[in-house]
Amino acid sequence: MTQRGPFLFFVFLLMAAGAATALYRHDAYHIPLLPGTQQTVWQVEARVEYLAQGGPTQVYLTLPPEQTGFRLIGESSASSGFGFEVASDGQQRRAHWTKRSARGEQVLFYKLDLVQDDGYGVEAPPAGSPQLLNWDEPYQTAALQLLQSVMPISADARSLAQQLTFEMARPGANQNLSLLLDRYSPTQLMASLLTTSGVPARTVQVLELEDGRRRQGLRDLVQVWDKDRWQLFDPIAGVVNADHLLLWQTSTPAVLEVLGGSRSRVSFSIISQSRPATALIDPGPEDFSFSLYSLPIAEQSMFKLIMLLPLGALVVVVMRILVGLKTSGTFMPVLIALAFLQTELIPGLTSFVLVIAVGLMIRSYLSSLNLLLVSRIATLVVVVIGIITAFSLLSYRLGLMSGLTITFFPMIILAWTIERMSITWEEQGPKEVLLQGGGSLFVASLAFLVMDQSLFRHLAFNFPELNLCVLAVILLLGRYTGYRLLELHRFAVFGR
Amino acid sequence: MSKGWISPWALARRGVLGMNKRNIAYIARYNPRDRYPLVDDKLKTKLVAQKARLNVPDLLHVVRTQHEIEAIQQELASLVEFVIKPAQGSGGKGILVIVGRDGDAFVKSNGTRISLNDVKRHVSNILSGLHSLGGKQDVAIIEALVKTSKLFASVSHEGVPDIRIIVFRGYPIMGMLRLATHASDGKANLHQGAIGVGIDIGTGRSVAAVLKNQLVTTHPDTGVSLENLQVPDWRQMLNLAARCYEVTGLGYMGCDIVIDETQGPLLLEMNARPGLSIQIANDQGLVPRLRHIEQLEDYYVTVEDRVSYAMTTFTYFPAEVRQVQTAALQEALP
Repeated sequence: MTQRGPFLFFVFLLMAAGAATALYRHDAYHIPLLPGTQQTVWQVEARVEYLAQGGPTQVYLTLPPEQTGFRLIGESSASSGFGFEVASDGQQRRAHWTKRSARGEQVLFYKLDLVQDDGYGVEAPPAGSPQLLNWDEPYQTAALQLLQSVMPISADARSLAQQLTFEMARPGANQNLSLLLDRYSPTQLMASLLTTSGVPARTVQVLELEDGRRRQGLRDLVQVWDKDRWQLFDPIAGVVNADHLLLWQTSTPAVLEVLGGSRSRVSFSIISQSRPATALIDPGPEDFSFSLYSLPIAEQSMFKLIMLLPLGALVVVVMRILVGLKTSGTFMPVLIALAFLQTELIPGLTSFVLVIAVGLMIRSYLSSLNLLLVSRIATLVVVVIGIITAFSLLSYRLGLMSGLTITFFPMIILAWTIERMSITWEEQGPKEVLLQGGGSLFVASLAFLVMDQSLFRHLAFNFPELNLCVLAVILLLGRYTGYRLLELHRFAVFGR
Repeated sequence: MSKGWISPWALARRGVLGMNKRNIAYIARYNPRDRYPLVDDKLKTKLVAQKARLNVPDLLHVVRTQHEIEAIQQELASLVEFVIKPAQGSGGKGILVIVGRDGDAFVKSNGTRISLNDVKRHVSNILSGLHSLGGKQDVAIIEALVKTSKLFASVSHEGVPDIRIIVFRGYPIMGMLRLATHASDGKANLHQGAIGVGIDIGTGRSVAAVLKNQLVTTHPDTGVSLENLQVPDWRQMLNLAARCYEVTGLGYMGCDIVIDETQGPLLLEMNARPGLSIQIANDQGLVPRLRHIEQLEDYYVTVEDRVSYAMTTFTYFPAEVRQVQTAALQEALP
């Protein structure tokens, strides 16, 4: 056993280092200690992939225009070997990549930082008066009849658009509408109908801003000029709240145009950070060059989870050393808790229990097959994937989107959990299974509740050095020789 | 303190050893890591014990690879009673006790019958590491079934009662008799529902009995009183346990000993992380005894001396009472 003094000193050193670094960074860079006190910066990364065919190649990517609610504070592009410029025709900005010759898979990045700023308003009124569209027959008649049925029950641009969405929500009810929808997409149709009736409207593509999203696509919506501002409409769902929607494309050209390449696609990663006001004025890249903020966005959202892991581990340590709770698999609860972070607690718990229950049933059949351990576990992995697929499809058909989050569970861990519980069942009976399974889920839920606290999430990512303090506490607990809480119950007979 | 709970201070006053303290202050401090394989692998334990001339149950057969399982039939053909256990099993997991044959079927200790295929599957599971710590590959040991001495047969419901003795630095400091119950499936493991009966180190007499952490006075299946039990060959047993210290080099361990009808005390296995329920069965904490041995200045080198010292030190009965009682008991025995 090493000496107590040096050990305590080492623990103290870790604590002090973690806390001091955090305080220093708070002081020097004005990184807020509490979440929500600062403005949100959305970092959006567009990733263009395509297959170049060998000759000269050009890529045009439409960039988001100036808009209400978001202030652009920085943009950059990462694309080795390509020439890059941002071209603007006054209304629409476009990123333009060029290269003399390229062959094979190409990946281009465009990254922009936006501050969410509700006071920032830019409204570009529609250019000129709306032009009346010419429709082909029989669509002309159908469109006019549809408008005639809606016009009388609307008062202005907004209510007209609203009434149209009501119609679009039940396309079977109106023959004219069904006919038109065969030819036009809902957004296209709605914009055209509004334009025909003299209301300025256009189809737009927007990006939903949600923290930690990767590989997102754009969403088609309609913008309607309502007196003095643009209002977003979903042709089916009606008025759309523009709070977390970034307008990406407003005029007709396609978002992505590739010359000299094929199989092009664009996807978006989004991450939100809270940054101090000073950094918003001047991003000061050199200050943050050796911080998590400098990583690509996809990796940053990964680190948001990774930095929470020590906290989850601490919960397990506390529950096992101080409380004395049994779990099946020492750190299995932390992995389950990580999955809960993506699925939310209740859907996560339900789907976890469901998968384990079905898995146990199938496992009881496997035990009569006399398989070797490794192939039995491998079989379980396949079975788990089957169950997860079945549940996802089923819940999707039933309209339960939360069922789809089941795929976040680590499948190997699930397979091992099923195997272990099945053995426990055979050897120690169902009661022990419930006890251990319940213990694991309890610890997992607790770890989730701790890791889900916005304060901890904020601190863990913005002050990763605080994990040194977590480490110090874990080390201290590793030398705790007192009684566990449950031992006070176990040895209660000594109190007679 | 409300019912069912005890304050940590009261627990400390009774000298009860907790899991954390056991791990840090005794197991980590007194058990050298490199000696663990010796006790974690029952095959190694058996071989080293045989070398040291400690009595152990006869080793009948070892199955090391999956393809040897097919040949197991011939090995089992001549055997009526035997025990199959994983060499690296923990907590009594994976132990199959066969007490007889019924045609082609094997009779388990609880009376249920299983087929040869069931036995093969069990061995296969053992080899693939189902019951071993961390799922490591394992070997299956087939050893002779220990026959309960008549003295104990009436007490235990089924299976063989075994005696766990905690040995600290070579001194036996606390003992417990473990009795299988119907609920424990013939296994003498407290986790699985066996009864623990605290045994006085000085005399080998029972002091208290515990079932699932509750004090009891009779066996739930047989109804036999658990008070005033006397373990036969007690000193011989303590001797056997104390000698394990020299053999393994483990400072803090549990020795599991059974009494065979003909062979007397046999060392079943050793444990480098013995459980804590023994304290409940003895209604006594381990800490004072551990401290006592730790503070011992004149160190007793021979096994005999250590056993004698332990017997006079760790007893519930004062010396003169003890002599009278043992004399009376010996008269009462057949």
